[in-house]
Amino acid sequence: MNASAMVEAAPPTPLAELWHGYSANRGALAALVVLALIVFGAVFAPWLAPHDPIEQFRAHMLTPPLWQVGGMASYPLGTDELGRCILSRLLHGARISLAIGALSVLMSMVPGVVLGLVAAFYERTLSAPIMRAMDVLLALPGILLAICVITILGPGLVNTMIAIAVGALPGYTRLARGAALVERSKEYVTASRVAGAGTMRLMFVTVLPNCLAPLIVNATLSFSSAVLETAALGFLGLGVPAPLPEWGTMLASARDYIARAPWVVTMPGLAILVSVLAINLVGDGLRDALDPKLKRLQ
Amino acid sequence: MRSRPRGGPAQSALRTMGALLEVRNLRVEFGPREAPFPAVDGVDLQVDRGEVLGIVGESGSGKSVSMLAVLGLIDAPGRVSAEALRFEGRDLLTMKPRERRGIVGKDIAIVFQDALASLNPAYSVGFQIGEVLEAHLGFKGAAQRSRVIKLLEQVEMPDAKRRIDAYPHQLSGGMNQRVGIAMALACNPRLLIADEPTTSLDVTVQAQIMALLARLQREREMALVLITHDLALVAEHAHRVAVMYAGQVVETAAVPALFDAPRHPYTAALLAALPEHNRGAKRLEALPGIVPGRFDRPRGCLLAPRCPRVQPRCTVERPALQDGVRCFFPLSLRESPGVRAAE
Repeated sequence: MNASAMVEAAPPTPLAELWHGYSANRGALAALVVLALIVFGAVFAPWLAPHDPIEQFRAHMLTPPLWQVGGMASYPLGTDELGRCILSRLLHGARISLAIGALSVLMSMVPGVVLGLVAAFYERTLSAPIMRAMDVLLALPGILLAICVITILGPGLVNTMIAIAVGALPGYTRLARGAALVERSKEYVTASRVAGAGTMRLMFVTVLPNCLAPLIVNATLSFSSAVLETAALGFLGLGVPAPLPEWGTMLASARDYIARAPWVVTMPGLAILVSVLAINLVGDGLRDALDPKLKRLQ
Repeated sequence: MRSRPRGGPAQSALRTMGALLEVRNLRVEFGPREAPFPAVDGVDLQVDRGEVLGIVGESGSGKSVSMLAVLGLIDAPGRVSAEALRFEGRDLLTMKPRERRGIVGKDIAIVFQDALASLNPAYSVGFQIGEVLEAHLGFKGAAQRSRVIKLLEQVEMPDAKRRIDAYPHQLSGGMNQRVGIAMALACNPRLLIADEPTTSLDVTVQAQIMALLARLQREREMALVLITHDLALVAEHAHRVAVMYAGQVVETAAVPALFDAPRHPYTAALLAALPEHNRGAKRLEALPGIVPGRFDRPRGCLLAPRCPRVQPRCTVERPALQDGVRCFFPLSLRESPGVRAAE
């Protein structure tokens, strides 16, 4: 696509420009590769995993990983206290973590952006109630808010997503409102009004695309914090219920064996660390590529 | 600066056809109701079919705000009132918002000062022109695209077929202004408001854009309101001119007359400040002081604190616009600097 654009000397599309800016950052590029591998592992987990994630091999409880003394080739990362294959659990756990991350981002971004745009466009009426409600949400620490929501709704996959989404909502609302307020006062919005655009069209067609850059960056960053929060809730026993291979839950149930079988707690911990780091680096790269001020410096 | 609009007789024939836009006692106020600040303070304007009206005045004199009010673009904290605000005899203030949206953008269009800022950075220029065509004339798909290309060719956009897919930041200032003009002309407006269309461009491009606007105005017999603080532009392109000061029209006259014999002291001061009238002088002549702001609006004539010809009456009473001049003691022909400079 890039090459054909060069040949025709046609103006590059915004997407090509974004890729150009992003790929200049080596760290972000490496993180993107790691993230792609994690996503690949999650998507093809049933085919990649050597065993069923909840099947217990009672004969091989707490088997160490392959490279340690006593390791077995059929359990490359060892087994946990119930004899379940850790690699299989991590691969399936990636599905849960990424799904919760992605869906909770979606569940907070969509209403957050709509609320933010409404607050920006109906400054005199709806802005104050919306923003004060968001301030209330912001006044509570994220994890406490999530625990509150879980307490009300009960633990479970969907409820975990809702709990995390509620915590991330004010960030999107404030970001969208701030960006929309800046954009709304620009002349092209006036030009659109002269051209006959109504408020809805102004909000979603004229202004929203110009507010996307900070929102995309916030989405990647809150994606990683969603993965972390899922793990934290799982660790506290409030997240995904027990048999499901969730990284935080794995960490929690393995902490009794931390001295005797450190790999049981290390593996999910590493999985969380690597995926959060990768997502954060991708977010940083996107921010650099999307920020017009930084773009000009390069 | 010296050239005058050609075709005087044709213009007077057009004027008898009746006003296209009629503005009577337009007021635009901001701030609290008890102590409002009138950004536009009783403006009367009339634009006839096919006429070019120049509105001149310094920054903050209400030129742009009065035109935004005509377009219905003054938002909630601002208040617009007028005795009459008629376009083709239809009252813009009393009509339903939906009806007004049908006129604004279609029959009345505007070209903005900063071309880059007036285009949406997220969409290609073709999409944005197409949007106007779709909203008012219902053009879609291939018909819309060919129409957009035609419009871009009419505004002399080089290589229109390919530029249609370009984004505003990929085009130069002049090209963006051409896109802005194409957008404004998309629905064949009968009145085009050009709000300092060339201020953000450099001089050569400025000349091209003005020539383009003048050509389009002649070809389409469209009325043009040219808002500017460049007297040379007005002298060259306008048929009639309204001089604004602190939200009021202080003088309105046909173009040669105003330049030859200004009657309001403010107009005289503006003309006296032109470099052409200061040949050989070390410094340009200037009018001391600034436009009155929100808290220092004088009770009498708004120019009184700066006027070189101020009389006691000027500080207590506010003059009305009479015979095209808002002054108790207008200059006679003999005193005007235009005449002096011509001698």
